[in-house]
Amino acid sequence: MEKVNGGATVPHGGVRVTARLVALVASVRAGGVRAGVGELVAAHRALAAVDSASRQEAYFALRAALCSRREDLEPFDAAFAAWFDAYAHRPAPPVDLDAARLVLPRVAVPGGSPPEPGPVEAVPVPAAWSDVELLREKDFASYTDRERTMARRLMARLAARGPRRVSRRTKPSRRRGPHPPGARHDLRRTLRDSLRYHGEPVERRWREPSLRQRPLVMVCDVSGSMEPYARMLLQYMHACVAARRRVEAFAFGTRLTRVTRELAGRDHDRALERAHDAAADWSGGTRIGACLAELNREHGRRIGRGATVVVLSDGWDRGDPEQLAREMERLGRCAHRLVWLNPLKASAGYEPLTRGMVAALPHVDDFLAGNSLASLEELAELLEDQPTRRRR
Amino acid sequence: MIAPQATFHSVDAVHAALARERYLADRGLATSVYLAAALEQPLLLEGEAGVGKTEVANALAAAAGARLIRLQCHEGIDLHNALYDWDYARQLLAIRAAEGGERRVGQLFTREFLLRRPLLEALEHEGPVVLLIDEVDRADDEFEAFLLEFLSDFQVTIPELGTAVARGRPLVVLTSNRTRELHDALKRRCLYHWIEYPSQEREAEIVRARVEGVPEEIAARVCSAVARLRGEELYKLPGVGETINWARALLALEDAELHETLGVALKVREDIERVERTRVLEGV
Repeated sequence: MEKVNGGATVPHGGVRVTARLVALVASVRAGGVRAGVGELVAAHRALAAVDSASRQEAYFALRAALCSRREDLEPFDAAFAAWFDAYAHRPAPPVDLDAARLVLPRVAVPGGSPPEPGPVEAVPVPAAWSDVELLREKDFASYTDRERTMARRLMARLAARGPRRVSRRTKPSRRRGPHPPGARHDLRRTLRDSLRYHGEPVERRWREPSLRQRPLVMVCDVSGSMEPYARMLLQYMHACVAARRRVEAFAFGTRLTRVTRELAGRDHDRALERAHDAAADWSGGTRIGACLAELNREHGRRIGRGATVVVLSDGWDRGDPEQLAREMERLGRCAHRLVWLNPLKASAGYEPLTRGMVAALPHVDDFLAGNSLASLEELAELLEDQPTRRRR
Repeated sequence: MIAPQATFHSVDAVHAALARERYLADRGLATSVYLAAALEQPLLLEGEAGVGKTEVANALAAAAGARLIRLQCHEGIDLHNALYDWDYARQLLAIRAAEGGERRVGQLFTREFLLRRPLLEALEHEGPVVLLIDEVDRADDEFEAFLLEFLSDFQVTIPELGTAVARGRPLVVLTSNRTRELHDALKRRCLYHWIEYPSQEREAEIVRARVEGVPEEIAARVCSAVARLRGEELYKLPGVGETINWARALLALEDAELHETLGVALKVREDIERVERTRVLEGV
């Protein structure tokens, strides 16, 4: 019997209970819940601890063992309902090998002949510095597919840069002697060092605050008018999610969708595909105010803690400009810094005259173009510049 | 196990024990708490602000006759805030005293100079313990990684002293406000429960249990007002804590209108204006 979690063991439930649970775990997993062998064992123990003949007790016990996020509850409910009805009053089926194979760890046994290697796709990379320079200044809207791929690496480098702030976590300071600004006395090291001088604390040592990455919230407009830019800007958001901690990504058109989870993961194309599927109203109309209202209400906690918020939109809004102004004001007050990227700003003679832009601009700290790599670089420099203070 | 830990016989027993401490848990929460005790696994509670996450641990400790040890997480919290620290100032004084010949130096790193912080306290406490790790989402990733290790082994090593092992596994309750997503590895160590807002009838029961001598009419009125507010599009919805305070406020004022005391339930100016403009509370 396997020992798990502090000496408790999986009770003898027999193969039949295990087979049923394996089927349940497989189907909740199909619903997107992260459940593996550890959860299977936990579910087994949870079921043994309650009256498993009672539907209610089994439900809550298994839910506690198998779910670990609020989003897990819905797929679990569906899977449980089907599962309980199918299994509860019937004799257990033999172990479902297909389901078991899905859930149990795989053993590396080569089976059959290896698949034929497909034709290798060549990934274009910039060949010379001049290529990079041309790419930097070029407008995203006129990018070719090849250029998009080439820009990917440059973007990843840009995304790693961003806002930082002074943390309350301290680190040992190298400075000695008189009190450096912001530092705290490090008695631990002072005492340790004093042992060198027969217990005389000759040198005082210090701890000083460290810098950490500031939370970054990015909200990208994917409505019809933004189509030429949305793809590249989403690519930038994907690079940010991959490169930094504490990044939240949202896409909006007529409604807001959180795409942080979808954009996570190294595989670039699949991430963008997932984000595309999640945001249903791709290339439709725009209601910026309503979407920001949802951001403020539903996700207020994520942005209310000193985050830098970046809105990427051209400001073409079919919604209520008064609502937009109200929500931008609220967002500006909660966020540490509010940046608006509008690709139209790059064109000569652009004036922010659309209703949406007029309503939003008074509450924006920085207004940039974000239409090319060069302007994203400008954004990175601007954000990186000020670890502590904000201009208003 | 030396110290008997808090145990319950059944889910119903948990429900009844919490109710005796005036905490009315729903079925899902009672099951999760029962499992946390029976399986000796930590319980992670999430939910909107003011639904009573911290209160679960308080009621649980009282119900089980256990000591409640609380670790409030904050940014930058580290080992020395959470687990142990040495009392350096006293060590320095001890060195001085030794110089004057008053005592022998030599043993500076003994228990005499050890400052025990909540986690070590919970580990070494004789008798049942409920360990509350509050607002774990405020701590940073480094501390989360340390917690992970602590929660799986329930032992810590202090280099100068040796290893301290838990006498019995404390019942651990973690709460999170979801200001950020917790690490999956930490979540996997825990049982999870999302606390919903209670139904209007249950909330009225909670108000009656928590506010002594509250007339039926005030409880019903406050709960129906809160239910209406939660249906509105507000920045900050009132939690159960606000409902209880609102009932207390109305009780103290004796004869007051709901909208005069709106500030007890809503704390954002735009929300108050919106509620007054749309007349949501009319007729309650």
